[in-house]
Amino acid sequence: MPSAFKKALKSGKFVVTCEVAPGKGTNLEKVRHHIELLKDKVDAMNVTDHQSSVMRFPSLGGALLVKEMGGEPILQMTCRDRNRLALQADLLFASSRGIHNVLCLTGDSVMLGDHKEAKAVFDLDSCQLVAAIRGLEAGKDMAGNELDGGAAFCPGAIVTPEANPIEPQLIKFEKKIDAGAEFIQTQAVYDMDNFKRFMDYARQFPVKILAGVILLTSAPMARFMNKNVAGVTVPQNLIDEMAAAPKGGAIAKGIEIAGRMIRQINEEKICDGVHIMAIGKEERVPEIMESAGLAQ
Amino acid sequence: MIRSITRPKTDDEIERLTEGSGRLFIIGCGTCVTLTHTGGEPEVAAMKERLSAGGKVITGTTVVPVACDNLTGEMLKEFRAPLQQAEALLIMTCAYGVQTIARQLKKFVVPALDTLFIGKETGFGEFNEICRQCGTCIIGETGGICPVSTCHKGLVNGPCGGTNNGKCEIDPDKDCAWTLIYNRLNELGRLDAMRHYQKPRNHLGEPNPGKFRITGD
Repeated sequence: MPSAFKKALKSGKFVVTCEVAPGKGTNLEKVRHHIELLKDKVDAMNVTDHQSSVMRFPSLGGALLVKEMGGEPILQMTCRDRNRLALQADLLFASSRGIHNVLCLTGDSVMLGDHKEAKAVFDLDSCQLVAAIRGLEAGKDMAGNELDGGAAFCPGAIVTPEANPIEPQLIKFEKKIDAGAEFIQTQAVYDMDNFKRFMDYARQFPVKILAGVILLTSAPMARFMNKNVAGVTVPQNLIDEMAAAPKGGAIAKGIEIAGRMIRQINEEKICDGVHIMAIGKEERVPEIMESAGLAQ
Repeated sequence: MIRSITRPKTDDEIERLTEGSGRLFIIGCGTCVTLTHTGGEPEVAAMKERLSAGGKVITGTTVVPVACDNLTGEMLKEFRAPLQQAEALLIMTCAYGVQTIARQLKKFVVPALDTLFIGKETGFGEFNEICRQCGTCIIGETGGICPVSTCHKGLVNGPCGGTNNGKCEIDPDKDCAWTLIYNRLNELGRLDAMRHYQKPRNHLGEPNPGKFRITGD
């Protein structure tokens, strides 16, 4: 049976996903709170996998928690920490517990995180992980052995529409789709004209595209992303708009901007939905959705 | 030319490794480490001075021509007495040299350097790791640029999302392998090669540790 998220993708409705991030340790109070707050408002929620290579409670455990709490999880899976045996095993476990949506990521360098001396794995890459998922669905592991018991998935991957240079990204984007990705979440996009150009190209492929929206929390945060986050460009006019917000009103301004962008994407049907990344401000996602005019 | 690229260990680590060894013989090498200024004549002399000042007795020093050569043991025969007086050998060569000397002299060895990679001199005084000897070469499909060694993550199907302006997410001084590959294949009109899906790598090209014996007549 297709997952609720897969059904939502197929339904043609404007799909909304968000993120929840398990913390470092076994105290799940905060992530539970976020799941509770968002599970009935979004179509699915990503559970991040040691985001920024910082060791945390696992995405698989977080996804299970989403499931247990009645939400629809998207399991983020990076290729950084597990070889093909461990990835396949975790996928079988996920499927057995009703976790079917998987976002396949390369994963940040170990060097960017808090266990810098760890051995990076990268036995597979994101294209190969998507292909492996399709293989498991077809009843075979990566070595070609028959599986005892089936598995069902809805695999997805990412693309960075503002990468420079863009061409190598697009070649990989197409390879991810060829490998079987059903949905693509984009890196944050802020320049809608640029994004429309990307979508003019991307529409030819049989894949659902969710535009990445990162909540701006302040002008310095926007400048920081421009300087430090690959493939993210916040245009100067948005930075100015954030800077002009009254004292204490920056987040409200960020919510307004995110809401405005989502509204435009939805009304102009630029792509199939949005993936809201409110990094650390997950409790503000409902306000973003409200500001975007999305029915709850 | 390929070279063994090395970096000096910290003074603290050398101090720890030579603790309890009051008498040391220092060996440098006239090849790679001379070129990279990590174990040539000047570095050996400086090491002798520093350790002497720290209270060690240096029984002798030498810079052998090619430490990894099987003749190194022969070259060291003239230093029999000072080598015997030493409680440990402090070796300022790459790990190939250290292991060659350890095998030939049967003395306790302390490496003074960390061996980083086998580097190709790609510009004057500049070395890059361009091959990791993986045993399953795919550069026939990547325009002769190896993503396994040139990409920080060893990705074989294209760039990750961390690439920025043609540089790597870990270091703006490192080129993104996949930008290089794209540019090369584009120039050659062979982007079709980049579109080809690369299967998961065979990590068993040569099981560790690699071993080879020349056979035949």
